[in-house]
Amino acid sequence: MSAQTTESTTTLAQRLRQSSALVSVLAVVLSLIVGGLLIALTDERTRGAAGYFFSRPGDTLSAAWQAASGAYAAMFRGAVFNYNASNGVDMIKPLTETLTMATPLITASLGVALAFRAGLFNIGAQGQIIIGAAMAGYIGFAWQLPWPIHILLVVLVAMLGGAVWGGLVGWIKARTGAHEVILTIMFNYVAVHLLAYILTLPAMLRPGSNNPVSPIMQPSAQYPLILGPDFRVHLGFLLGLLATWGVWWLLERSTIGFELKAVGANPSAARTAGINTTRATVIAMVGAGALAGLAGAAQVNGTEFSLANGIAASIGFDAITVALLGRSKPLGVLFAALLFGAFRAGGVAMQSQTGTPIDIVLVVQSLIVLFIAAPPLVRTVFGLNARRKRRQAEPDEAPPGNQPPSSSLTAGSSL
Amino acid sequence: MKLELQGITKSFGGFVANDSIDLVVEPGTVHCLLGENGAGKSTLMNVLFGLYEPTSGRILVDDKPVAFKGPADAMNVGIGMVHQHFMLVPVFTVAENVALGNESVKGGGVLDLEQTRKAIREISDRYGFHVDPDAVVEDLPVGVQQRVEIIKALVRKADLLILDEPTAVLTPQETDELIDIIGQLKANGTSIIFISHKLREVKAVSDKITVIRRGKVVGSADPSADVKELASLMVGREVDLSLGRIHSDGDDVRLSIKDLTVRTETGHAAVNGLSLDVRGGEILAVAGVQGNGQTELVEAIIGLHPKAEGSIALGGEELLGRSVKEIIRRGVGFVPEDRSTDGLISQFSIADNLVLNRYDQPPIARGLALKPKAIAASAVEKVKEYDIRTPTAANAASTLSGGNQQKVVLARELARELRLFIASQPTRGVDVGSIEFLHRRILAERDHGTPVIIVSTELDEVMELGDRIAVLFHGRLMGVVPGNTSRDVLGLMMAGSTAEEAFAEASAAPGMETTQDGPTLPGGIA
Repeated sequence: MSAQTTESTTTLAQRLRQSSALVSVLAVVLSLIVGGLLIALTDERTRGAAGYFFSRPGDTLSAAWQAASGAYAAMFRGAVFNYNASNGVDMIKPLTETLTMATPLITASLGVALAFRAGLFNIGAQGQIIIGAAMAGYIGFAWQLPWPIHILLVVLVAMLGGAVWGGLVGWIKARTGAHEVILTIMFNYVAVHLLAYILTLPAMLRPGSNNPVSPIMQPSAQYPLILGPDFRVHLGFLLGLLATWGVWWLLERSTIGFELKAVGANPSAARTAGINTTRATVIAMVGAGALAGLAGAAQVNGTEFSLANGIAASIGFDAITVALLGRSKPLGVLFAALLFGAFRAGGVAMQSQTGTPIDIVLVVQSLIVLFIAAPPLVRTVFGLNARRKRRQAEPDEAPPGNQPPSSSLTAGSSL
Repeated sequence: MKLELQGITKSFGGFVANDSIDLVVEPGTVHCLLGENGAGKSTLMNVLFGLYEPTSGRILVDDKPVAFKGPADAMNVGIGMVHQHFMLVPVFTVAENVALGNESVKGGGVLDLEQTRKAIREISDRYGFHVDPDAVVEDLPVGVQQRVEIIKALVRKADLLILDEPTAVLTPQETDELIDIIGQLKANGTSIIFISHKLREVKAVSDKITVIRRGKVVGSADPSADVKELASLMVGREVDLSLGRIHSDGDDVRLSIKDLTVRTETGHAAVNGLSLDVRGGEILAVAGVQGNGQTELVEAIIGLHPKAEGSIALGGEELLGRSVKEIIRRGVGFVPEDRSTDGLISQFSIADNLVLNRYDQPPIARGLALKPKAIAASAVEKVKEYDIRTPTAANAASTLSGGNQQKVVLARELARELRLFIASQPTRGVDVGSIEFLHRRILAERDHGTPVIIVSTELDEVMELGDRIAVLFHGRLMGVVPGNTSRDVLGLMMAGSTAEEAFAEASAAPGMETTQDGPTLPGGIA
């Protein structure tokens, strides 16, 4: 009975979080299939062959297959391993590009996931990244500091900026009960326009220029390249791995994580057990913001090396998708972020080599969200529903895997 | 209507929920299905109502075999069901709810609610339901909502009414009213299947009793059967109904509540100027009809109403104004009345739920780090000590039955050395076997010298456990009376009489006794 009542009162955040790993994988597969169909349909040759489909259907089908497989093969070459390249560096370069592209996504998505676990739908990674990047960027180009200290300071300041931006949302929510979705969306706008504004201030711009682009980061503030000068993979990736472990530890092995998860799963039971739910909300948003701020530093000090309006690209929004795909579990988020990094790296190669527009990658990403948000749809497509129905049909008095009804007898019964 | 079930078997995979059940309901009778939670009563009724298809066996209505593809088929032959959880749209009016799915329309598809209103008034007058067709359902008391469900079935011309645990949500008064209604329905020729695990009601209402245990019919009885006999038939072993307890006078005052006023968000005083003392080693039972301030009283003690006025002193130390965590740290154990929303985190493992109130204390945690081994060790110990029936404590708490969930809550709250123990509705929705166990645990805590507060809307439980009984009415204390005060006096106090008035009135009325000498029925099973 209780299972039924809680089910009916789950929030959207809880439902999204509870979708199974299998659904995540199937959602990706299904999205790639639909993406392939779209590639085929928009391909010129396929459409030409479709004009005489009824006389020679084979032409259409083979053209469609070539379009889709060609595009995905190019994507693979651009994202994982370029088997057409002439030397070893070029062969593995795509994989390192994937890692580079994934780097800001890893930490930003961990931030979204952390808030999810505390029952908060954090749409604000974008704004938190921007604030983190802006602060890290300013310290990075304007201050003169010795090498290790400068990097360390950049990292800390970026996290601090994001933490303040996220923490403000948590604090306002805790104080006034305002909904975090509205707050984070509005904070995104504020951050975007705040950045646009400070990029008009002479102190933020390259001397003698009116372009809204900051000076280049000091070498001492640039993330070192961890695989040598041939590849763009930088320190931020290692920080991402460290953050993955850190968030895992926080959620699974620390009292703070226990509080966050309790508040996320059942705030009234958490409150009754003495957990301070407002504190948990603030902590979750501070943590989420700090992780997103770290992503901002990776952008400005790891790959772009200067602050501009598009510094956050769409990372903050992709991070929501990645967190969903990774089911808000740190390791799941890591893999999902790598997949999305591969999409970005591969999409560029796909467009340049086969002419398939990179927008198809966006379509695939959007489809993934759609399918994850609608698990029954995915289950129906893959015929998993029969099994589920049978499970649902079992009486609530005897859940599967539980004991038969006799279990309600007490100790000392001698049956 | 005569209804006959022949050899109904329903299995889910390898699990047999109903095992060749035979049942005959004669026209115009009340047939009780008695069994513990999980015995298979609800499954059987879902088969009968067309929600499940039986694996084998057949259903005969007036000696003709029928097959139901869904509830609509069952309703067509005249079977109506009132579920334990009402199927009403809260923001709709009574008439709209009754019309839903059975709408009368005028020409052009315009809803004709007037016809439904007429039908409701007619039924309401015939049975004395006092239901206003234009009242909004969410504003109605639970007992009236239940009558709306019954009207829904009657409007659809039900000759046989299935009532699934109908009294689980009712106050004692509402239960009495329901029993009256059942009598009238019966007099009008409606057959009724009454599902329950409460022996007192079953005896009061039924013409015939069928006892189900583990999916099988284990016996049938007349309502004149002995309570003890029925209980042992239902549970499958001898049940010791009396706790054989000795009332305790308690020692010194440990908890002292003075002039406590708790206001709800709307400013209404849910608890109004209440003063109360609880001694060490005694159980103070708080009685009252649901919603008379009991919930707010215990919530104020545990710190969930930080703005309450007055004073709550535990061992001389003021609790009001402290956070829940601080109060828990001062040795207050608390079993909330609704375990699924306040007592447990159903997605969390049983092991995690067992440490929910001390996850940040050694040995469960050191600094910020949780100690998974310590959590697992505590789980193994508590699962064994409280006989929590689960394959592993790593399972989610939602996989447990109600009784086992309650054991988890109690095990957690009693795991520490306590200075005050509060349990709200400790046995609500719990099976008989577990009730006995839970009651013994609570008594053991009292005998350990801890002051105990029990809040219960089940008068039997209050009388069984309470050394003293405090009765609340509209947030005010009507008086504190000895534990052996009679049901009549308590009933009057629950309706708003002070203790003196109630005693005077009860002793003036012939045939009423102010105290009870004989053994009372134990808490929840009566």
